[in-house]
Amino acid sequence: MKQPPVPLLVEGRRADGRTPDQMREVKISVGVISNADGSAMVSYGNTTAVAAVYGPREMHPRHLSLPDRAVMRVRYHMAPFSTRDERKNPAPSRREIEISKVLREALEPAIFLEQFPRSRIDVFVEIVQADGSTRVASLTAASLALADAGVPMRDLVIGVSVGLVNGTVVLDLNGLEDNYGEGDMPVGYMPNLGRITLLQLDGSWSRDKFAEALKLAIKGAEYVYSKAREALKTKYFEIAEEVAK
Amino acid sequence: MKYVSPRQVIFPGDLVATSDESVEGAVYIDDGKYRASSVGLVEFRDNKIVVVPLEGSYRPKPGDVVIGYVTDVLASGWEVDVRAPLAAWLPVSEATAKYIDLEKTSLTSLLNIGDAVIAVVKDVDLTDEFPVMLTLREGERLGKIESGFVVELSPVKVPRVIGKKGSMISTISELGCDIIVGQNGRLWAKCPGPDAEFVLLQIIEKIDRESHVAGLTDRVKALVERYKTSAGSARQ
Repeated sequence: MKQPPVPLLVEGRRADGRTPDQMREVKISVGVISNADGSAMVSYGNTTAVAAVYGPREMHPRHLSLPDRAVMRVRYHMAPFSTRDERKNPAPSRREIEISKVLREALEPAIFLEQFPRSRIDVFVEIVQADGSTRVASLTAASLALADAGVPMRDLVIGVSVGLVNGTVVLDLNGLEDNYGEGDMPVGYMPNLGRITLLQLDGSWSRDKFAEALKLAIKGAEYVYSKAREALKTKYFEIAEEVAK
Repeated sequence: MKYVSPRQVIFPGDLVATSDESVEGAVYIDDGKYRASSVGLVEFRDNKIVVVPLEGSYRPKPGDVVIGYVTDVLASGWEVDVRAPLAAWLPVSEATAKYIDLEKTSLTSLLNIGDAVIAVVKDVDLTDEFPVMLTLREGERLGKIESGFVVELSPVKVPRVIGKKGSMISTISELGCDIIVGQNGRLWAKCPGPDAEFVLLQIIEKIDRESHVAGLTDRVKALVERYKTSAGSARQ
């Protein structure tokens, strides 16, 4: 076990001063990329993900299209300048390819792909700043971008991470806790339907801790969802206020 | 039982009503309840709840008037971009009533890459290589666009440009422009002058952005009236 540079948990406070069940500051804006059909930017503290959605559109090359539903393609990528110490090589790493696939599988249950046979929906997520929990921030950003593009969907998918630090369950891991904690668990949650589309876990957890963590993740997701709704509303209410002037 | 009120903006997953209500638009049923499937605006139309989507793409259906750009010349027709998620094409047989000897005539003499056309969707068949088949033979004023200009807006806002029983389009027509609205979110217009053109573009942008804010028709009327008074004073 690597030793962290600073203690992760002292008297119920985490390294950044948060309590175990506290999210970092959540900032969300929708419609940030005018070229895209839909887009969103999501920050959990220092972690910032930008998502852009194109489609549904024609599938090229045609032989890759599916006869009964749309193909969804997701690209998760970290910008070279997104990391703290060494520049990240811009070439897609094994990790990024895997996360792209994981995100796609977390989004697919929420989307009515069968309404667009022989078409494709492209989702691009760029991490502009990384400080832990990038995949769940990406998931929230991607689902908001899909909603902004008007892709028919069952619900938004909200991503939050929970983890185990010094035997305590904590919400929304930062980079430090991600690296030195005892375990982490990203969760994708559909808040209106109360269904889970993404559940990964690593480290070693007792059953009780897992159950506790899942409860906390859902609580966190509800909080992020309230922020996501606000961001979506803002887009329309700003126009309404402009008109009222 | 209804969970929504008129003119409410709703988001994917939001409850709309129980399944015994009559509900239309951007909704789906889950566990006996209607939920919204996209960002939308709630409207009540004679005992029906309608969820009008505020965002979305064009889905071609037979009978739609569409405006497209020729992107390729094929052996016996043209590939046309109509902003649909499926490939669209216009066969020679649907482009003209005359018999064309493909041995002797080049298709480019009729339509070439980059040309804009107003067409009607004849058929959507997913088993075809080009699922969307267009025609120029089954409607009024179809064919190559020779003058005027094309402006784009969100396809889900097209019904708002037309308005209830054509009310909005008749208001806009007072600018003196000749207008054809494509269901795929493209609008062709030919105006009497640059001033009318400018006001028309303003109006289209307004409808595209502000359709969820009450009183849209009045705001459009105000723009039209302002143009008419300024055009009237300019003539004196």
